[in-house]
Amino acid sequence: MQEMYETLLAALGAERVIPFSVGFAVLAVVFALFAAIMGAVVALIMVLAERKISADIQERIGPNRVGPMGFFQTVADAVKLLTKENVLPRKADSILHYCAPTLVFTGALLPVAAIAWSNRIVAADLNIGVLYVVGTASLGVIGRLMAGWASNNKWSLLGGMRAAGQMISYEIPNSIAILSVIVLAGTLNLQELSEAQMGGIHQWFVFRSPFAFVACLIYLLSSLAEVNRTPFDLPEAESELVSGYHTEYSGIRWAIFMMSEYIGMVVVNAVAVALFFGGWNGGLPGEPLLGGWIWYLLKIAVLMYCQVWIRFVLPRLRIDQLMSLCWKNLVPLGFLALLGASVQALLGPTGQRVMMVAAWLVFGGFVTLLFVAVRKTRHVPAQGGFSG
Amino acid sequence: MPLKTEEMLLNVGPQHPSTHGVLRLEVTTDGELVTSAEPTIGYLHRCFEKYAETLTYQQIIPYTDRLDYLSSMNNNFGFVVAVEKLMGIHVCERAERIRVIMAELNRIASHLMFIGSFSNDLGAMTPFLWCFRDREEILKIFEEVSGARLLYNYYRIGGLAADLTPGIEEKIYSFLNQFEAHMLELDDLFTRNAIVIARLKGVGMIPREMAIAYGLSGPMLRASGVDWDCRRDEPYSIYASLRFEVPVGGEKLGALGDCYARYLVRRAEIDQSVSLVRQCLADIPPGDVKEQVKRNVRPPVGEVYVRTENPRGEIGFYLRSDGSTKPSRVKVRAPSFCNMSVFSRISKDILVADMIAILGSVDIVLGEIDR
Repeated sequence: MQEMYETLLAALGAERVIPFSVGFAVLAVVFALFAAIMGAVVALIMVLAERKISADIQERIGPNRVGPMGFFQTVADAVKLLTKENVLPRKADSILHYCAPTLVFTGALLPVAAIAWSNRIVAADLNIGVLYVVGTASLGVIGRLMAGWASNNKWSLLGGMRAAGQMISYEIPNSIAILSVIVLAGTLNLQELSEAQMGGIHQWFVFRSPFAFVACLIYLLSSLAEVNRTPFDLPEAESELVSGYHTEYSGIRWAIFMMSEYIGMVVVNAVAVALFFGGWNGGLPGEPLLGGWIWYLLKIAVLMYCQVWIRFVLPRLRIDQLMSLCWKNLVPLGFLALLGASVQALLGPTGQRVMMVAAWLVFGGFVTLLFVAVRKTRHVPAQGGFSG
Repeated sequence: MPLKTEEMLLNVGPQHPSTHGVLRLEVTTDGELVTSAEPTIGYLHRCFEKYAETLTYQQIIPYTDRLDYLSSMNNNFGFVVAVEKLMGIHVCERAERIRVIMAELNRIASHLMFIGSFSNDLGAMTPFLWCFRDREEILKIFEEVSGARLLYNYYRIGGLAADLTPGIEEKIYSFLNQFEAHMLELDDLFTRNAIVIARLKGVGMIPREMAIAYGLSGPMLRASGVDWDCRRDEPYSIYASLRFEVPVGGEKLGALGDCYARYLVRRAEIDQSVSLVRQCLADIPPGDVKEQVKRNVRPPVGEVYVRTENPRGEIGFYLRSDGSTKPSRVKVRAPSFCNMSVFSRISKDILVADMIAILGSVDIVLGEIDR
């Protein structure tokens, strides 16, 4: 960013007029505001997209009143939420209650800074980018626990506890899956991670190592849990806990929780793209066409669509099933993937080529299995026939 | 030092997304574990039974609509069958066939509502809307024949309020064809969903003896392996002349008496109802379905108890007549009320999520519990 600042000032011819520290601070604030506004815009778009996609899955029309095809529905919703009263429950811990949404929002927004949207667009080109993203993304759980505790509501408390338990558990397979790729790439810098995957789709980590492929599946699963989406939406399980930790929130504070969820989705998917799906690379050798950020956003959109799709197809897991899935399946599998990836990192060029073939085989096998499973179970009466 | 823990008293309802109406559960929890759950009912009490004593027999019919408001046709059916038995009236074949068609369509609609709300309780939103899409078609058919979408008031003592509208048979046929394809899709989405099975298998077990001891009926009873259906074992109307199977939990339909078996039994009953509607539609004889009795009937002095098979179980009507135009006593045996009695017994030492699943699988309607 310092580099960017200097070029900017030089372009304006103002490097001698404004002292460096002041200019830098102003620019930082501008960037932060920009990030926050982008977050809100992303949330607006995502809410609409989610409603439209869910309407498609559920054979409904979806929002279609405000603006052409309902495009301004979420804008109207945002205006409504801004003007709504912020209710504070009686005997609630008011300070914690006020702070919680802000903290959750901060936790969701901070990781955005380190994400490399293209080979030029990156707010903070950190050499420990991945570590920073993982660390800041898990800040939100404190806010959720605070919200659950401060609301003076038993449902909120249960939701907050669930959020804490779930997120801390799923941090582990999440981080292990990330580590598998870090070992292969040898860098924590998100920009360098993307650069390491240049040269075509076969250079993406998910297709370069069978272990990265397994790690990718683990990451995608545990990232669903990280952002509280079905089938892991236990902290806000609507039919059980009313609304979980944000039961007692209304108006813009509730909206901030919602916005955080969608920004969180963008962040986990952005990290997934950077780690496994080639970052800002277009999939063809050479420079990405039309600029890397378009490809990056496109890939994020595909992953987001999958998350929405999963949400409207699957029911919710139970808390014990959620925990056993994490600790008994994902964590051991993650360690295996990490071990495999570490071994692969030591191999020479021939070994890497063998691993690449293995990755494609694993990928092909996985897709075939899915296909066969779907063909076998489609339109088959369960349990040996209903009609008797 | 041992950590001091305390049980938490949790109030589920009367306003809660998954209590299916104004039910209140007093739940004591130990963290995520439910140690006891006591239902509190009465928020929807309307004095139906007492009020019915001030109404003539035909006037009571719209009030029976409001018992189990998801299966109004079936409630009407039970009540008119009771009065007809008291009076010894024979109803013409055409009216009986239309009655069975409407009752079975209403059973499908009611079970669709069950699947929808049950899936919603489990956190799946799409089955809910898919079920409502099909239920809507049934409601359109009902609206066409009876003029109402929810509270039909369609049956009359000795007949029906109105005959079928012209062309409705084709509409029912085309609905059924489309519906069967939709049900296969629903099976793909929900019935064989691994998470659904993991959530429901072995949850809320009701053994056969417990089911009988608590007086359960309908799908709740059959899921526990008791082969009993009023339509077959104590036939009323024309059910004796129709071919259908009674789905029973156990070997074929899930384990004995768990939530999944209760779901599967209802799911299988939908298929049976489709077959029943087709059989009745196949040959509807001509005739006058309008009631052949006076509007103010005067049943002879005496009493009668008739039970019929509602989507939720046996609905029983006890009527006592003193020879006047109004009954001197009306008592309803509501299936949801009896089915709910077992709830607190099986909701011990389970997780909160299981409690919601069990409550969903009981499939209560508060309008009937509180009356």
